[in-house]
Amino acid sequence: MPSTQSLTAQPLAPSQGNGLRLENISKHFTHAAADTQLHVLDNVQLDIAPGEFITIVGASGCGKSTLLRLILGLDEAFDGRILLDDKPITGTGLERGIVFQDHRLFPWLTVEQNVAVGLKNAPLSAAQKRDTVREHIQLVGLQDFTESYPHQISGGMAQRVAIARGLVNRPSVLLLDEPFGALDALTRTRLQRELQHIWQQEKITMVHVTHDVDEAVYLGDRVVVMQPHPGRIRRIVDIDLPRPRNRSDARFISLRDDVLSDFAELS
Amino acid sequence: MSTLTIPHGTQTHRYRGWVVPLLAVAVWWLASSQGWSSSGLLVSPQKVAVTAWEQVTSGQFWRAISASLARDLSGFFIGTTLGLVLGCLLGFSRLFERVVGPSFNTFKQISLFAWIPLISVWFGLGDVAKVVFLSLAALVPVVVNTCDGLRSVSPALLEVAKVYGFTRWQTITGVMLPAALPSIFTGIYLALVYSWLATIGAEYLLVSGSGIGNTLIDGSEHFMMDLVLFGMIVIGLVGWGLNLLARLFERRLQRLYGIAPR
Repeated sequence: MPSTQSLTAQPLAPSQGNGLRLENISKHFTHAAADTQLHVLDNVQLDIAPGEFITIVGASGCGKSTLLRLILGLDEAFDGRILLDDKPITGTGLERGIVFQDHRLFPWLTVEQNVAVGLKNAPLSAAQKRDTVREHIQLVGLQDFTESYPHQISGGMAQRVAIARGLVNRPSVLLLDEPFGALDALTRTRLQRELQHIWQQEKITMVHVTHDVDEAVYLGDRVVVMQPHPGRIRRIVDIDLPRPRNRSDARFISLRDDVLSDFAELS
Repeated sequence: MSTLTIPHGTQTHRYRGWVVPLLAVAVWWLASSQGWSSSGLLVSPQKVAVTAWEQVTSGQFWRAISASLARDLSGFFIGTTLGLVLGCLLGFSRLFERVVGPSFNTFKQISLFAWIPLISVWFGLGDVAKVVFLSLAALVPVVVNTCDGLRSVSPALLEVAKVYGFTRWQTITGVMLPAALPSIFTGIYLALVYSWLATIGAEYLLVSGSGIGNTLIDGSEHFMMDLVLFGMIVIGLVGWGLNLLARLFERRLQRLYGIAPR
């Protein structure tokens, strides 16, 4: 990472509250044609402290991405409550940022304009927006590509732009839905390191969904292991390792193997 | 429908496209100069060139081509404008789509030329009738492609707009229209091609006044094959020119919107 100083922009929603609280979250999908109900999430309970890095790991179909969509506010049909700083969430909001697996940049906008999309409705002056956008492009190390279009940059770079767009509002929670799932192994490892660095610098709560156990253990303060049919929390593993973490460290390996053992039993 | 490809690549590739037309003219010239056919209906390339020169210098050609192009462009603009309005209404409003969509889908099944009898009775054989016919030709592709483009905007991008709290208006101008632009442009492009085809059709079927189609009719009625061939060449060249203009415009647009040229 090129820059190490903290960002000067004023946070829109400082993460000083009581964090993110998921209370008894259940979710069903109804198949109108087959007249059947799919039980996707069953009684999920989780308290996430402000500034915590939570990774959620699970096999496909365990409802981890659905859970993220609920927190994001894209899907409001569920049972239970989601509280952010003690207030129930309604719909989408700028205090919750997202990085999708597919970068979802607008192909007709440059890198700079794509990051600025995050600030479109933020209560900032045009000059403040410009500065904030520039700072966040620097944060992800793409200052030489501000005028490039998404089709001109690599998948890893596009995902960094998406991270900058997700952070540019200074949200109190950043949700990441398998953000590195479509990248090659080398790029993935580099971006994991960068993401950890950004998190340490910005102190934003992160909820990171992945199917990669290694990634979950590398990034998370706690790893939430989910299991499918119906999707629920199997257990929560504390990762009490100093950062930056070393993948060849004996304790890292034993924690990773511990989490992996859950999946061995499941399959 | 003509295909829309323009040769890419090196200069030598560019010239290969000339092989077939040059060969055809050579064979034609041989056939007429060697007297392979005694029919008066096989005219020589020289005769066509002379006729072309006469048409251009006497001013007849300019009258015909300007009348045709004026018709073509007015029909194209009217049809495209109405098409954009209708296409946007169909694309943005579910209600409008449900009420008007089925009727429009039935309407567009009617062959364009089936409108001629009705149009000639209602509007006569003059310019008004022709422009109505041309507008109709331009309207349909614009409506279809505009509506399709707006309807097939990726839900993933619409979710991004929702996440960042875009208003309905911001979503329309900031996501839906830019995303649909390539498709909308395809519609306008087709409208340009169709309206030129329809111009000749209208002049041929609603015979009155002047135009390049009327030049063709004159030629065929008087067995002047040189005039017919001249007319055909002009029609082809104008079509080619319009195609080229549209391509240039499309590339500019794509560059402006950061979409790689195909």
